[in-house]
Amino acid sequence: MTTFVGTKNTHAVLSSIPGPVRLLLNGKPVSVEGGPSQRLSAVLRDQLGTRDVKIGCNAGDCGACTVLVDGDPVCSCLTAICQVSGKQVDTLAGLKDSDPIMQQLMRSFLVHGAAQCGICTPGMLVTAVYLLRQTPHPSVQQVQDSLGGVLCRCTGYRKIIDAVVNSTGVAISEGASTGCRSESSKCKQSVGVSIQRLDGQSKVDGSDQFGDDVFPDNAFLLRLIRSPHHRASFHFGDFNKYIDEHSGIHSIFTADDIPGSNRFGVIPPFIDQPVFAESIARFKGEAVAAVVGDADAMEQLNLDAFPITWTEERALLNPVEALADDNLRVHENAHKNVLCEGLVQCGDVETAFGNSHLRVKGRFTTGFIEHAYIEPEAGYANRVGDSLEVYGCTQAPYMDRDSLSEILALEPARVRIVPTSTGGGFGSKLDLSFQPFIALAAWLLDHPVRVTYTRQESMQSTTKRHPSIMDVDIAVDATGRISAFKFEGVFNTGAYASWGPTVANRVPVHASGPYWTPNYRAHTTGVYTHSAPAGAFRGFGVPQAAIAQECVFDELAEKLAMDRLAFRKLNALDNNQPTVTGQTFDKAVGIKACLESLELPWATALLEASQFNQKAQATGSSVRRGVGIASGWYGCGNTSLANPSTIKVGVSKRGDICLHQGAVDIGQGSNTVIIQIFAEAFGVSVDNISLVGADTAITPDAGKTSASRQTFVSGNAAKLSALALRKIIARRTNCKECQSIDIEGSVITINQGLKDEANLDLASLPSDEEGYVFKAEESYNPPTKPLDENGQGIPYALYGYAAQMVSLDVDTLLGTVKLQYFTAAHDVGRAINPQLVEGQIHGGIAQGIGLALMEEFIPGRTENLHDYLIPTIGDVPPIETIIVEVEDPHGPYGAKGLGEHVLIPTAPAILNAITHACGAKIRDLPATPDKVLAAIHSNTEGC
Amino acid sequence: MSMTHKDPRNLSLNDVLEVLAGSSVPILAGGTDYFPALGEKAVPDQVLDITSVSELRGITQDHQGWHIGATTTWTDIINAELPAAFDGLKAAAKEVGSIQIQNAATIAGNLCNASPAADGVPPLLALNASVELASLNGRRRLPLAEFINGPRSTALAATELLVSIHIPTLSEDVRSGFFKLGSRKYLVISIAMASVTLAADKNGHLTDVRIVVGACSAVARRLDLLEKTLIGHSVHSDIMSLITPSLIDELTPIDDVRGSGQYRKLVAHQIVMRLTLSTLRQLPQCQQPKCLAESEEQDS
Repeated sequence: MTTFVGTKNTHAVLSSIPGPVRLLLNGKPVSVEGGPSQRLSAVLRDQLGTRDVKIGCNAGDCGACTVLVDGDPVCSCLTAICQVSGKQVDTLAGLKDSDPIMQQLMRSFLVHGAAQCGICTPGMLVTAVYLLRQTPHPSVQQVQDSLGGVLCRCTGYRKIIDAVVNSTGVAISEGASTGCRSESSKCKQSVGVSIQRLDGQSKVDGSDQFGDDVFPDNAFLLRLIRSPHHRASFHFGDFNKYIDEHSGIHSIFTADDIPGSNRFGVIPPFIDQPVFAESIARFKGEAVAAVVGDADAMEQLNLDAFPITWTEERALLNPVEALADDNLRVHENAHKNVLCEGLVQCGDVETAFGNSHLRVKGRFTTGFIEHAYIEPEAGYANRVGDSLEVYGCTQAPYMDRDSLSEILALEPARVRIVPTSTGGGFGSKLDLSFQPFIALAAWLLDHPVRVTYTRQESMQSTTKRHPSIMDVDIAVDATGRISAFKFEGVFNTGAYASWGPTVANRVPVHASGPYWTPNYRAHTTGVYTHSAPAGAFRGFGVPQAAIAQECVFDELAEKLAMDRLAFRKLNALDNNQPTVTGQTFDKAVGIKACLESLELPWATALLEASQFNQKAQATGSSVRRGVGIASGWYGCGNTSLANPSTIKVGVSKRGDICLHQGAVDIGQGSNTVIIQIFAEAFGVSVDNISLVGADTAITPDAGKTSASRQTFVSGNAAKLSALALRKIIARRTNCKECQSIDIEGSVITINQGLKDEANLDLASLPSDEEGYVFKAEESYNPPTKPLDENGQGIPYALYGYAAQMVSLDVDTLLGTVKLQYFTAAHDVGRAINPQLVEGQIHGGIAQGIGLALMEEFIPGRTENLHDYLIPTIGDVPPIETIIVEVEDPHGPYGAKGLGEHVLIPTAPAILNAITHACGAKIRDLPATPDKVLAAIHSNTEGC
Repeated sequence: MSMTHKDPRNLSLNDVLEVLAGSSVPILAGGTDYFPALGEKAVPDQVLDITSVSELRGITQDHQGWHIGATTTWTDIINAELPAAFDGLKAAAKEVGSIQIQNAATIAGNLCNASPAADGVPPLLALNASVELASLNGRRRLPLAEFINGPRSTALAATELLVSIHIPTLSEDVRSGFFKLGSRKYLVISIAMASVTLAADKNGHLTDVRIVVGACSAVARRLDLLEKTLIGHSVHSDIMSLITPSLIDELTPIDDVRGSGQYRKLVAHQIVMRLTLSTLRQLPQCQQPKCLAESEEQDS
């Protein structure tokens, strides 16, 4: 920090600020106290209450905090408050009322499904208003050039582009694309309809509340002391002296203060992560102490002076070294640093290899991938009598509750988790992060305590996608059928287990891809290192395994001189063929349908590429076009473990149907889809349903938002509770059967116009303590069976299937890759909401692009969003989605999960297209320009 | 003069220089490097916000050439009416971060931050820019190449302020270009970049050749050998064949997360070839349709 030591004269210049800074905020004059160099973003949120302005990085890398200053967009985190003195500052909160362009744009975002989690939406809208004021009818290119500075991790940007380009075409009354919504409560068809997100309005008007938006003004602020080394021992100094020397600090907490167990984790036998490290920190960024005090004082506090002495120790960062080094163990009980192993095998692999026609081996490596949601972890905790309440972003409220109850030695019923809106999760917000710190502090201080992770803290300390080293060896017979398949994978789980065991188990089940593989052996090892813990990230290791398998498939097809799609179709799993775990499905295997739907686009793209390359060769251009394809499958729900969801519904005296829906919506759309399923099953319009929750005090456990399970598992629970409620009402009205239900005000009419028609005035009936006249609560748990020692069994009740193709250009002299377009076919069983399905596909493809081309988290090096690159609005090409519906008997209305499937085929399709374009085989991701160029050169030398 | 009641939003340059003479208050311009560098540390009590000095912003022309005020933003440069010789600088301005960054970030900030990957440095070196530094003791001018004397290092004294950038008068026939290579489309730090300024006489012989590569050495640098090689050649000749890899050997790129040194060297050569070709094609002497038709970039 620079301290000002001024001469008399200079002091006069700088101290002559005439009182507070005055500006015009959203049309109203306001004045701001405090220093001239405060960030505008902080002032807008903390002093002026415009919390529609979101802070994603505090460094100008994400654009979430964009505001207009005298009409021009700037990052408010890079603007000093003195620089807007006398100027006009506009945010979404003001523009939504004052600017007709903004109002039109907000409608367009809703209609086009351009907001998912909503955390980037205010920045997107404000920047887009600036564009539309200059250019009312912008081109796609103009939209990209204008919005290039705002990052979104959910949508894949294409629907945002559509919303901005077409904003003037959206009629004020326009509802969903089917028009069903505009008929309001008369329309009872809910399933299969692209209704707008039911929680969308607050996402486009800036009123949605995320983890950092809900704390009370008097909350203390908590900041964390974190290890500066990958591995370090440490000793604390004199805390009392530090507290005495810094006014405003109330307390310092360490491992010694934890009343219960200083351990948490997500899988009971593997709970190994301390809230605060004890005597040794095992990764760079691990927390060792928390400082709590008045917010102003804490913001000014220099944490560098915290009394702690660090001693850097030798660290294991490479999983191969960790496996070889038994002198240094990340955890004392982990021999050779092995966390766990996974195995699936069937048939006789070695004999099959002996009899094979062709065989291709390959080694593939991938790095840590950061989730990079735009909302850093944030929340606040409060002690209410004998209970503790924790508000904040999460994907797993009940798991949070149970873990916190262990840490604080409180009964679970005394811990209440109230999820705020969650600004993206993708798996990382399944684990506890900020919650134990504020829970402990609020409990012990009996005062509200809040925390907001900095972008660096979020990137350093929360879970990542597992880095992988994968060896695959695949053989075919003379007809091109897969005859033998071997997979050996080492997955770096970092310093703590987190979801490492899940990755180790899921990968062998899925590594075959959705293909019939009679002789198979897949083995995985999860390895501890001194890195940030690797956990869940969209696909639990399956996207990595798909890269290895799908790239080798292309090599096999090439050697067989077979068309690459035809090769996949030949081997595609069919009904009544066993999976590698010995499970068979008599219907609902949808991979062949996905591949078939790509046959025409594939042929067209191949022809285009060949024509393009002939022309390029003739003109001497260095650009070559390639087309790639890959498939994917993914089992929905936990692997061979119970994972029930429970949904409750109550009908009030006023006729409100309140759905207690605890499936956390992190942007994917469960707040909409679960209601659609319920409304369809109950037989009313979605407009009749009120959403309650999620909140562990009032919503039953709908499990965690992971494993692509909410539409399938919670959707089934919603359907069952709707059917149960119908029965209750039918019984109450003495109708034999409830054929139709209509609600007008408090009057329910059953079987209108039929012989056993009945009316019921809810207002006249007694209600329970919750205010409900009728209530139903039902659970659904997918039927699975354990896997035996060879990984044989029924890991999932159902799988979803996907195939994607991409056309791209490689500049063979620069190594750069330009994506042209994707065509993505996804078997979702039944699209409950086609627009939300498309949104998932777009977003998954965007993350797959990042995995393939640019993303790698290097601990200690890429801990911000300008060194760690995620795709911008200019990096995601047009995407054509093909929704395939092969209904599954277990799914609600046939629906299968989708959330993770969308990412799996993307990266291998891109890598295969690069090879097709220029021969370069990228086996170590990401395929950055330098690696592509090196691969082109080594390929040329090899020829 | 008493400054007690002066509105700090209207500081004069002299006020600023007085402050700098007597203290170490941090200078704030666009804030786009200042705040990220500050990170999560508390903001200082005082900053010297030079964007409040109105005389430091804007572009003017006189008999010496062009003067770009220190706090002129990239958006100002994009929107300014400037001769074609500035096309390279304008192209670079459009590649700086995002429009949010272009609206705030200043040209002097880009130079004083002295990142090896600063987008503004190659085009300004290719325009023979110099910088004017002012303090209470007077003013001095330094060629830009001398001002930036290392990565994150400049010749600016603590008491000095970079007040403007000077670009000598350029003939109407001068053309320039800029090329940036990054791993994604927007908000990206260069792996490598180049800027080229060219002029030719009425016979089509190159009279002025300035070729600069950025992000491939500690400080962006002109390729003297290559420039000398190209001078005097006809724009109608096979210029591309003269741009051999050995002529960019003066670059000393490093390995980092964005790319290897070896890669940078390879692509620097490509970028220079492509940019030279596209800039040649902009020259008025080269507007005949047949010109350069045979010197399409070669496939290796």
